[in-house]
Amino acid sequence: MAKMTLNLVVWRQADANAAGRMVEYVVRDASPDMSFLEMLDVLNEDLIKRGEEPIAFDSDCREGICGSCGVVIDGVPHGPEPGTTVCQLHLRHFRDGETVAVEPWRAASFPVQKDLVVDRSALDRIMAAGGYVSFNAGGAPDGNAVPISKSKADAAFDVAACIGCGACVAACKNASAALFTAAKISHLALLPQGAAEREQRVLRMVAQHDKEGFGACSNEGECQAVCPKEISIAAIARMHREVMHATVCSR
Amino acid sequence: MQGLGDGYFVIPYTLGHYLAADKLEPVTTDHEAFAEAEDVAVGRLRKLLAVKGEKTVMQLHQELGKVMWDNVGMARDEASLTAALERIPKIRDEFWQNIRVPGTAAGVNKSLESAGRLADYLELAELIARDALQRAESCGCHFRLESQTPDGEALRDDENYSHVAAWEVTAAGTFELHKEPLAFENVKLAQRSYK
Ligand code: FES
Repeated sequence: MAKMTLNLVVWRQADANAAGRMVEYVVRDASPDMSFLEMLDVLNEDLIKRGEEPIAFDSDCREGICGSCGVVIDGVPHGPEPGTTVCQLHLRHFRDGETVAVEPWRAASFPVQKDLVVDRSALDRIMAAGGYVSFNAGGAPDGNAVPISKSKADAAFDVAACIGCGACVAACKNASAALFTAAKISHLALLPQGAAEREQRVLRMVAQHDKEGFGACSNEGECQAVCPKEISIAAIARMHREVMHATVCSR
Repeated sequence: MQGLGDGYFVIPYTLGHYLAADKLEPVTTDHEAFAEAEDVAVGRLRKLLAVKGEKTVMQLHQELGKVMWDNVGMARDEASLTAALERIPKIRDEFWQNIRVPGTAAGVNKSLESAGRLADYLELAELIARDALQRAESCGCHFRLESQTPDGEALRDDENYSHVAAWEVTAAGTFELHKEPLAFENVKLAQRSYK
């Protein structure tokens, strides 16, 4: 396939305290088969050879499973393709000669560390507040040793697909991490292994979510529209029910 | 692939379990071992930034990855491993003489992070190749082309290789082999099936 040119306008910010600005770069001879991040790699190699600072961005697996990557492309977290992380987004979805704006996640709870890299440790702290089961799980049990209905298992799996990238926060006008928190809570609330700590888990995780400065959910649905794992905001409804269960029903 | 091209490994479950199951005493950073380790780490970062050569981390990582992919894959033999062991130290020398790491050691520096990982991998790659060369039998995912059954399965050689190999890097930078013999008291070793 023919090579393509992209005109990038990229957020550059030296460190957390520096003022940032948009800087223009032209990437020539890009292959439509490259991922967006591979294209940034190529640009960075070029910048390094010219003696300039490469553009900092996070990534690890590059196969859409780790949740490290994430930039806002033309205002949309993870870019234009539904259900796709930016590491899996290929240039064939862009036009030759197109101008593309690239920015970091924007949220007060995700301070920019450098360029496109933000500090997402707030999500880790929500997990540390209760996103686990605290018993010695031992080795993998035999299949079907713990009976779980197919519908429950499927529903748990759908939310367990959350990779914790933070796109939901970046898309939300309230900078709420409700979808992330709800996915983690729902995953364990649906399974028998999570039952023992069900009440304390939801209360602690929701409290931590608020403490980190994330906003409340106002049901816009922007998060599910950009979620690379297409997690439904039904999870947020479940989180609210879990809070009700923990505060009212189980007392 | 993670072990070969990326130099990326996952810690075993047992370590997580150990850390979770033990109440570990809080540690501070004023122990002299910490100061020593910090000096070494800072020195290494300075050294990486000071080279100011011509090749990027990605270029040398790809060169190393290609050597590993071509010569130290699951199917390997004496010739391929010997070839890898000739190339790896050369890439390592070039790394320390000709790497270009932009930026500084303060704050986020992705190039410096990758340079540190590649420096590690340049040592680990040699270790993998050395150990694979030493073990002339086939064993699990280590398939020595010279050691296979008539139908192409891994052929073990328990007489000579019933040991765990532990390698020590000597002060001179060479690798020295320590064999930890494996004693089987109840199981009798026989040709294993990996099918
Ligand atoms: S790099 Fe892992 S999800 Fe994109």
